[in-house]
Amino acid sequence: MSQKKRIVIIGATSAMATHCARLWVQSQIVDMTLVGRDREKLERVANDLRARSAKSTISVMLSDFNKASDIQSTVDAVTGSGNIDIALIAYGSLSDQNKCENDLSVCQNELELNGISPVLFAEGFVKKMLSINSGIVAVIGSVAGDRGRKSNYVYGAAKGLVTRYMQGLQHRLASTNVKVVLIKPGPTDTPMTAALKSRGAKLAPVEDVAAQIVEAIEKGTPVVYAPGKWRLIMMIIRHLPAFIFNKINI
Amino acid sequence: MIPISSWGRLTALPHQVVSFSNLSKVSAAISASKQGIAFGNGRSYGDSCLNPGGVLWSTRGLGHLIAFDRDSGILSCEAGVLLRDIQSLVVPEGWMLPVTPGTQLITVGGAIANDVHGKNHHLLGSFSDHVTRIKLIRTDGEIIECGPNQKQDWFAATVGGIGLTGLIVEAELQLKRVPGPWLETETIPYSDLSSFFKCADESEVGWEHTVSWIDCLAGSGGRGLFMRGNPVADNTRSVPLTKKSSMPFVPPISLVNKLSLRLLNEAYYWLNKRKSSKQIVHFQPFFYPLDNLQNWNKMYGPRGFYQYQSVVPRDVGQDAVNEMLKEIGRSGQGSFLAVLKTFGDRRSVGMLGFPQPGVTLALDFPNNGRRTTELLDRLDRIVSDAKGRIYLAKDARMSRALFESSYPRFQEFLKYRDSGMSSAMSRRLLGS
Repeated sequence: MSQKKRIVIIGATSAMATHCARLWVQSQIVDMTLVGRDREKLERVANDLRARSAKSTISVMLSDFNKASDIQSTVDAVTGSGNIDIALIAYGSLSDQNKCENDLSVCQNELELNGISPVLFAEGFVKKMLSINSGIVAVIGSVAGDRGRKSNYVYGAAKGLVTRYMQGLQHRLASTNVKVVLIKPGPTDTPMTAALKSRGAKLAPVEDVAAQIVEAIEKGTPVVYAPGKWRLIMMIIRHLPAFIFNKINI
Repeated sequence: MIPISSWGRLTALPHQVVSFSNLSKVSAAISASKQGIAFGNGRSYGDSCLNPGGVLWSTRGLGHLIAFDRDSGILSCEAGVLLRDIQSLVVPEGWMLPVTPGTQLITVGGAIANDVHGKNHHLLGSFSDHVTRIKLIRTDGEIIECGPNQKQDWFAATVGGIGLTGLIVEAELQLKRVPGPWLETETIPYSDLSSFFKCADESEVGWEHTVSWIDCLAGSGGRGLFMRGNPVADNTRSVPLTKKSSMPFVPPISLVNKLSLRLLNEAYYWLNKRKSSKQIVHFQPFFYPLDNLQNWNKMYGPRGFYQYQSVVPRDVGQDAVNEMLKEIGRSGQGSFLAVLKTFGDRRSVGMLGFPQPGVTLALDFPNNGRRTTELLDRLDRIVSDAKGRIYLAKDARMSRALFESSYPRFQEFLKYRDSGMSSAMSRRLLGS
């Protein structure tokens, strides 16, 4: 078995995932598999990482994110060549709430991509990790999953599904050596939020959020808000009584 | 539309910012767009990166490395990569950017478009002297690869071409071998301009990096601190931990003002004079003294500040610098970040590149409205009489006449302009 840490990133071309990958290859020599839907984009990230770390092994793998059978075969293929130390599930699409309300198939796609699909990947990896009683599964959720609100509750519902799933998984795996980390970033400066930014929203630098993700995975912290201030903000938002919450335009 | 400022914070006018997450989207996006200009990390001081009411193409999403050959030191990357990220990757591997300006918080594309220079101009020229390839995407969809050995005319137009020849999307750089991150430095106080020139001449041979801080307040007699440095091998030291701080808010008035300047300059001179002479210094504080104070530009208050950097030929250099210092003294305005440096005997490859043989003086002035711009107009006359020029990366106000007389290759440059690209600066200096 190789000594290098084996890391697999699902949705590796997302800005958050790319920055996490950079931090990993900077700090250690790793054996990393980047999984995504677009070969060209994957190769771009892989080349970036290879340039940063001559000694790490970076490979890419194409996968569909929607069908359970494809997700299963991707998990099988990645784990087939050896045990995984870290699986980071890091993709998402910031749903256009308005489109979701007006087109049920868009709504369905968003719910599946942001909610069901990451959960299936996590379930697949957990099973493999349990068989050797070792490994970390990290999923990027969102603060939007903490309470539904009118401006993005379809996205929020999918991320809420991830939150509840991870909660259950943490309960189930509490007595094992398999760790589960849920990261809930606030609005972060990535291409996914370009539209928010062009409207003038204040966004956290993706480098900082990635550093928090990598640290949380290192420590096996169950739930991490990134930046940390969102823990407090979301606690307040979760506890606002409906008669106040319903008056707020968020 | 969101308000965007350049580093000088003189204006905050609305722009439509368009980001790219990858190269394949660039061509379609810029050809379908209204006129725009590339915006990297926003460190140009003046209006070269602004296009009020129009489009800015944010290049930070083009932030991927493409390849790094650790044997030859050739690194290729997308244009939105920051110099900081290159330095932090390559220095531990024994390589370094051969030329770097006073901040590493700029993009590779910006470094090329402004043909930036550093403290080692006399030895290694400017940034573009180490660029081996540029990939440009034009707004008509054409892709142009140019470099010192291919399409040299396009290369000469693009280097220092303030982003007007097409969107720079990729570049290949030749890095320089270094023994490590350390520099052996020496600080020499000087009491007047002629001692500065003497020191600069003596240091041209034997010292890779030379620069000086000059006290530009009335009555200082042109005193300053001359700093020089060479890369040095040192395995005994550990890299210093840097602490980042930030200007938390914009003060209601400039913190750099008549009262504070005298104290600042006095303190800076005497503190450094006392601890002068030889030191081993990490490259980061030596090259980038202000990078750890984030948003230091806010220090100048809500009205922002002007940077004024000129270069004048060496034969009239001492007189011209002297004249400028006198003019600044008379005006009662002043500059804390005043930098005086001699350039080596080489011109920028770029048609609109700034560096040319002579001596360069960089100054910052809090924006006090007409009082400041009138002073800058008077400095312009001195520069113009001395057959010098002003650095476009810092300029926000020079006249079209001064630009045309001091950048004689501008007409040649026009042939390479991309008609889909326009900035506040191009409209001011090139008429469109």
